[in-house]
Amino acid sequence: MKFLRQLLDKQAPMFEKGGKLEKLYPLWEAQDTFLYTPGEVTDGPSHVRDGMDLKRVMMTVVVSLLGCIYMAMYNTGYQANLAVSLGAPALETWQTAAMAKLGFALDPTNLLACLVHGALYYVPVLVVCFAVGGLWEVLFATVRNHEVNEGFFVTGMLFPLILPPTIPLWQVAVGISFGVVVGKEIFGGTGMNILNPALTARAFLFFAYPAEISGDKVWTAAVTRADGVSGATWLARAAETGTEALTLDWWDAFIGLIPGSMGETSTLACLAGALLLIVTRVGSWRIMAGVTLGTAAMGLLLNVIDSPTNPFFGVPFWWQFLLGGWAFGMAFMATDPVSAPHSSRGRWVYGVMIGMLVVLIRIINPAYPEGMMLAILLMNVFAPTIDYFVVQSNIKRRMARYAA
Amino acid sequence: MLEHYLSIALTAIFVENMALAFFLGMCSFLAVSKKVDTAIGLGMAVTFVLTITVPMNNLIYNYLLKEGSLEWIHPSLAQYDLSFLGFLTYIGTIAAMVQIVEMTLDRYAPALYGALGVFLPLIAVNCAILGASLFMVERDYTLGESTVYGIGSGIGWALAIIGLAAIRERLRYSNIPPGLRGLGITFIITGLMAIGFMAFAGIQL
Repeated sequence: MKFLRQLLDKQAPMFEKGGKLEKLYPLWEAQDTFLYTPGEVTDGPSHVRDGMDLKRVMMTVVVSLLGCIYMAMYNTGYQANLAVSLGAPALETWQTAAMAKLGFALDPTNLLACLVHGALYYVPVLVVCFAVGGLWEVLFATVRNHEVNEGFFVTGMLFPLILPPTIPLWQVAVGISFGVVVGKEIFGGTGMNILNPALTARAFLFFAYPAEISGDKVWTAAVTRADGVSGATWLARAAETGTEALTLDWWDAFIGLIPGSMGETSTLACLAGALLLIVTRVGSWRIMAGVTLGTAAMGLLLNVIDSPTNPFFGVPFWWQFLLGGWAFGMAFMATDPVSAPHSSRGRWVYGVMIGMLVVLIRIINPAYPEGMMLAILLMNVFAPTIDYFVVQSNIKRRMARYAA
Repeated sequence: MLEHYLSIALTAIFVENMALAFFLGMCSFLAVSKKVDTAIGLGMAVTFVLTITVPMNNLIYNYLLKEGSLEWIHPSLAQYDLSFLGFLTYIGTIAAMVQIVEMTLDRYAPALYGALGVFLPLIAVNCAILGASLFMVERDYTLGESTVYGIGSGIGWALAIIGLAAIRERLRYSNIPPGLRGLGITFIITGLMAIGFMAFAGIQL
């Protein structure tokens, strides 16, 4: 490895101030710090020594996402193969052709066939996401002279997981461009944005191209119809006919063998990720607990109220945890340390509000079947307000204490 | 009955938020949102003015301007339709109301009066306030409904401006490109906030 270090050091003068490629310094810095621990040390009197720098924090998130990524590939393939084996025609895409070329039957019981089929949908989205988003990131880093940092890496990992498998790749490119540029870079880059960039990107696609990101047909990579093999998500079914639609085994829904956005279906994988985030203290347990409590409380309340016209009121509240993007949003989106409140009490408030809003939007708002994305975005908007009032109340309390 | 009023209020606050769904009252929304405490002050002033002017204009409309509404003075006046005077009278009422708020603040909260500066008299031409009166006429609210509607839209507008001010206070730590600093980024934030408020769009109460 010494050789690599020497190689990097030899190139360094070219990129540092006054060098020929001065403009490309962020790129050089990015690969240098990717390979080695940064060499800078503090020269002031502060001596905080902690390995938990931005890079480690972001990479922990990526590691905690691995379960979801695996399920994204497996479940996407499984759902497609299952629909085909139930009689739905396969999509006429290069993915189907590639499966035939590789010699895989579209068989839901074959683990490898499911994984490969899913990967054929997931990987291109991921690649486009990193290529286009990375281009913007590097462009801004070069022009504005900041570092290319891992914040983008997390956004790039999260975004494909919250998209349906059939999303056109050009929309992925448009979405991630909006998310990275408007959601983050114009505020100055990682750590300075107000909304979660991945969710901003998804919300943009959701309102700009609703046909490709909502409805019943996009969640399974096969030709699904209302009268044939249904591709509706369990959330949509619950909204329409209530508990009766949830014929599925609770356990299957928990593992994530239901149609939905690629990475969001598996509550199990999300909980495993959440656990890792809590243990490493990267994600706030207060937010996660708050979201859970808020959802349970509001779900229970609406269960009690019940409504004769809206069957979704009667769906037992524990189903809210398994359906749609609840678990994914709770573990990875709501806990985004930048766009959530920064105070501990504020995080409780924020979490509970998200939990309550999710259930409200899911059940009361007929316009959207799912509420996680918009609930989190709305509370992102009010996170600074929550912080403001927490700080004010702290000031007031201390004033009272010292006045006495 | 209570449910009906509650639904009008909640719709005005969240679903049809004056600032983030109709984009009314933008001038003061963008200009007086640099600090949270000023934003709270302006939000309260706007809520107060709305709570008084919307029902007041409701009375004026129903008893003076609407076609046939002058009947209570003399039956022969029933033929007159003065609703073309609507804009003029509503603005007049609002301006008078704002003057009273201004004098009250000047007397009892001089710090807030100083902070709000020129924007306090500008409430008179804040489109959110005239907008609320016009929506009230269009939707044919009764006196009670228009009071609740006035309070609701005021609270909704205040909520939006407080949220924006808190965001802008946090943005002091951000590194925004020079060309976008100030109003530019505020416009973009307003758009992003409106995406968040889309969560309520479509709710029928």
